Parts: sequence; structure tokens; C-alpha cells
Amino acid sequence: MHLYELDVVATAEGLRQKEFSSVEATQAYLERIDNLNPKLNAYLTVAAAEALAAAKTADERRRRGEDGNLLGVPLAIKDNITTVGIRTTAASKILENYQSAYDATVIKKLKDAGAVILGKTNLDEFAHGASTENSAFGPTKNPWDTTRVPGGSSGGSAAAVASDLCAGALGSDTGGSIRYPATFCGVVGLKTSYGRVSRSGLLSMTSSTDVIGPITKSIHDAAVLLQTIAGPDSLDQTTYPKSPRDNEYAEAISTRADLKGLRFGVPKEWLSVGGLTAGVAKMIKEAIGTVQKLGGEVVDVSLPYAKYGIPVYYVITPSEISANLARYDGIRYGYHATEATNLFDVYAKSRGKGFGPEAKRRIMIGTYALSHGYYDAYYLQAQKVRTIICQDFDKVFKSVDAIIGPAAPHVAFKLGAKVSDPLKMYLEDIFMSPASLAGLPSLVLPAGFAKPEEGGEEMPVGLQIIGRRFDEAALFAIGHCFEQATEHHIRRPKL
Amino acid sequence: MSLTREEVKHIAALARLELTEDEITRYQKELARILDYVGQLQEVDTAGIEPTAQVTGLVNRLREDKSILVDEEARKCLLSAAPDREGDYFKVKAVFE
Repeated sequence: MHLYELDVVATAEGLRQKEFSSVEATQAYLERIDNLNPKLNAYLTVAAAEALAAAKTADERRRRGEDGNLLGVPLAIKDNITTVGIRTTAASKILENYQSAYDATVIKKLKDAGAVILGKTNLDEFAHGASTENSAFGPTKNPWDTTRVPGGSSGGSAAAVASDLCAGALGSDTGGSIRYPATFCGVVGLKTSYGRVSRSGLLSMTSSTDVIGPITKSIHDAAVLLQTIAGPDSLDQTTYPKSPRDNEYAEAISTRADLKGLRFGVPKEWLSVGGLTAGVAKMIKEAIGTVQKLGGEVVDVSLPYAKYGIPVYYVITPSEISANLARYDGIRYGYHATEATNLFDVYAKSRGKGFGPEAKRRIMIGTYALSHGYYDAYYLQAQKVRTIICQDFDKVFKSVDAIIGPAAPHVAFKLGAKVSDPLKMYLEDIFMSPASLAGLPSLVLPAGFAKPEEGGEEMPVGLQIIGRRFDEAALFAIGHCFEQATEHHIRRPKL
Repeated sequence: MSLTREEVKHIAALARLELTEDEITRYQKELARILDYVGQLQEVDTAGIEPTAQVTGLVNRLREDKSILVDEEARKCLLSAAPDREGDYFKVKAVFE
């Protein structure tokens, strides 16, 4: 067993038992990153010196008798979360050399807990995408088949977890960006409830749906990470005022031996959707069977308006992006066009050259949708349909404890397969955007493998479990129970 | 729907984005297709439905109105991020011509 194969919980346990030091674990990861990152491009920045210094400090804290679930545990961070001492690029040329003056709240919490930050992971530029191909610094490759995408936008974090380039990672999810790559890479990903985790220091994209959450090798790891990063923050006034109880999530893991007494709703529209491939449908049906075997009751439910999730999302998201990305003006930080002769040109040239094609596309759609005369037809109408989507969920949760279904209609697709058609890429979010619009927690976990339709190696399939707002504990309990009953999460890619 | 080149240029100017001729051609097609797609929202009857801006239920949360000093290190970092500066000032082109 190599140190880099250990998950978060096992790493902490090994450190606790003095089987190895944090410096040793960190070195094992840095060496593996050196070997594999050129092939995968999961990390944009590897912070070797900073990581080893943090590992030394963590070892010292343990020697003094301190203990903690993340003390000395090496993690990876999506590169749209600010870190003092390590650049934050958002995978954009406009922030290529950007150094933040402050740590994101989640980073402060991880550092206080003694976690080691190995580096910053690749993403679609500003998290705009579902494949990580929109990165200005080249796509990340899927560790299961390096000719395929890892999903996105947190593709670097998911690929790093799947290929043992870190013990666990943080990603962000606006309309699927944690869950989608988790599915494609065969790992666990949790989109937290909107407001559960502070976004201070997360580069804003769609402020009304952006969340930070864990991407891990196990449900237990996700629980440990969320326990550390969750809670209210005066620097983010959208955080939910109530903190989770001490140890709430770790305890949730051990509350259930089965799923007896729980009702699961399967949205009937999701299994009949065109484009759901036979291989994925088979694994989801098997997963539903596993839930039943564990004692869970499974019923059909209906989310009739969820099909409008994507059009709503692709009005609201570009609109909020056009406002949020206005801050990149070429004046206070970031790329600056030196050839500009007047103020307008400084803005237009810096932004025109600094942003990649998808960021510009979204800024323009948003600018159009919010412009005079179109606001009511696009943004306001989208927000009203969003209300109906939320009501769909409220109705369903009156009679079920969780919603289960597919995370993606198919397995990871080939690099380049969808880049020429932006609308096709937007449709990837079909099972993802509804939970984002409703602010609900949603867990994706390995549910098996399927061969791509066009042939090739078996690729991971993920099961999605959507829960009640702020009840991540229930998702951990259910997810852990499912994980214990299956072996999908044990299989690792050959690299 | 369709967008004219002039409309695309107008949107780009509002968004402060300089586009190449090729980009204008490309976005003219792509934006029209995307707007067509999201146009299906018009078929939903939303009479009497309130818009949802966010789902926390929290309203008008205010923090204490006091300034927070940043340390010298953060101050230096903030200033040195500026691409063009003079001393502790950010340099910008003339705002009024």
C-alpha cells in the first residue's frame, strides 16, 4: 500500500498511529504529481515548498499532542478559491499571475485544521463548462481513459482524487461542477446546500447558486471535509446562520446499517429522457435495486418543470456572470492591455484578450438578457420558472426522504467531442441544474461502470442523491450505507 | 431569432469586450441559437408566480458598519497586483476627455 492510495480518514488515522509523518505523505503525493501531472494536467500549480512547510508544521503540532481529522492531510484546491502564497488563476489568462491578498474562508478553516495544500487544480475558465476543456491552460484528462474529458468544471480536483494525486479535494458547484466531474471520474462529490459553506474567497460566478464542496474517495471523507468548512461567516451574508453540530457529519456515517424506513423518489421524467444511454440506465436501475435491497422504499415521483432547469440556468447564469465578471477591468489586477490609448480601450482590449471564448460568450448572453427591453422576457421570466422548479421539489419532499437518479446521461465523452457546439455542452447539465436552482444538497457517488456507446474502456457511472435543504447529514448516512453495500468505489484507474 | 453584426457589436461594447471580426461572426450565430433555446421559457405560464432570486430566505443581512484594517502584507499584495501604478496609486487613463 502506497501512502498516496490512502483516503482522508485513513491518512489521518496513519498519522495518529505514527505509522508515517505528514512530510512523508506529502512527499509521496508530490512525487506522484511529478510523474503523472504531465499526463493528466490535473494541477495548474503545484505548491511543493508551501506544502512541505505546512506538513512540517502539522507534524510538529501532532508531536505536541494535538490531533485532528485533517491535521497533516494533503489536499488539492480548485483554482477559483483564493490562497495566500499560491497564485489563483481561475484557469484564465486574465488572472494568470494573480496573487490574492487573503485566504478564502474555507482555506482559513483548512489551514487552522492543519491540512496541507498540495496545489491548485484545473477547471473550465472561471468554472464555465462541463468538461474542463475551457481552461486557458489546456484540458485535464480523465484518469480512466486519457482520451476522454474528466467532466467539469472541477475536472482537475476530480481527476486528482481519482488518480491519487491528493487525499481529497475541494471543488465548486454552480450547476453541476462538483457532481459532474465526480461522476465522470468515479469519485464522491457533494454539492452542498446553498448557504452551508462560506463563499468568501470563491471567485464569484453565479452568486445565486455558487457553492463550495468536497470531492473525495469516500463518503466518510466528504463528511470530514464538510464538517471543517461548513458554517456561517460574517464575510458571506448568504451563509445559513446555524452551524452543523460538532461531529454531526461523522456521526451521520454510523447512524444506519440499512435504509429501512426511508422513501426514495425516482423522477420518472429522468429515466425516460432522450439521450440517457442504455449503459448508464442499467447501472442506475441496479443502484435503485441496491437501495431496495437495503430496505429503502422506492417510488416514482414527478418533477415536471425540471426540464426547464437548463434554459433557466442558462439565462440566470450568464446574467450573473456578466455582472460578476465586470470586475476584471485590467486596472486593479490581472491582465492589462498595454496598447490601449483610452479608458474604454483599456477595458475592452484587456477583457477581449484576457477572457477565453466561453467566458466572453456568457458575458454577452448575460449582457443581452439584462439589457433594456429584454429583462422581463429573459431574466425575470427565468426567475419565475425557477420558483416553479423549487415548488416541484417542495412537493416531492413532502412524501419522500431523498430523490435518486442519474447524474449524467452518459459516461465521459472524448476530448473535443462537444467543443464546437456550446449549446450541446450546456445540455450536459440536464440532471444537475435543478438541484442548483433550488439550492438543495446533492451527493454523487460511484454506482458502477459502463462502456461508452461508441466503444472503448468501461468508464465510471455516478448515482445522484438529492436531499432536503441543509440536511447533508441524511445524504451522508444514505450514501455511506450504499457505499458499504457496493464495491464500485474501490476500483481505481490504471495509470 | 437572429442577431445582426451591429447588434453583436453593440452587446460587446456594453460588456466592454473587444472582439475580432471572426469572433463577431461566430457569436452572431451562437448567441442566436442559445437565445432561441432559452426562448422556450416563454411557453411556461408564470402568471401570479413570484420570482426567486435566491433560496436562503434570508433578507437584508447587514454586517456591523466598521472598517477593518488590513495588515501591511495584504496592503502590499493588493497594491502590487495593479498592472500600472505610481507609488500607492493605481494609474488609469483619463476618465474625462
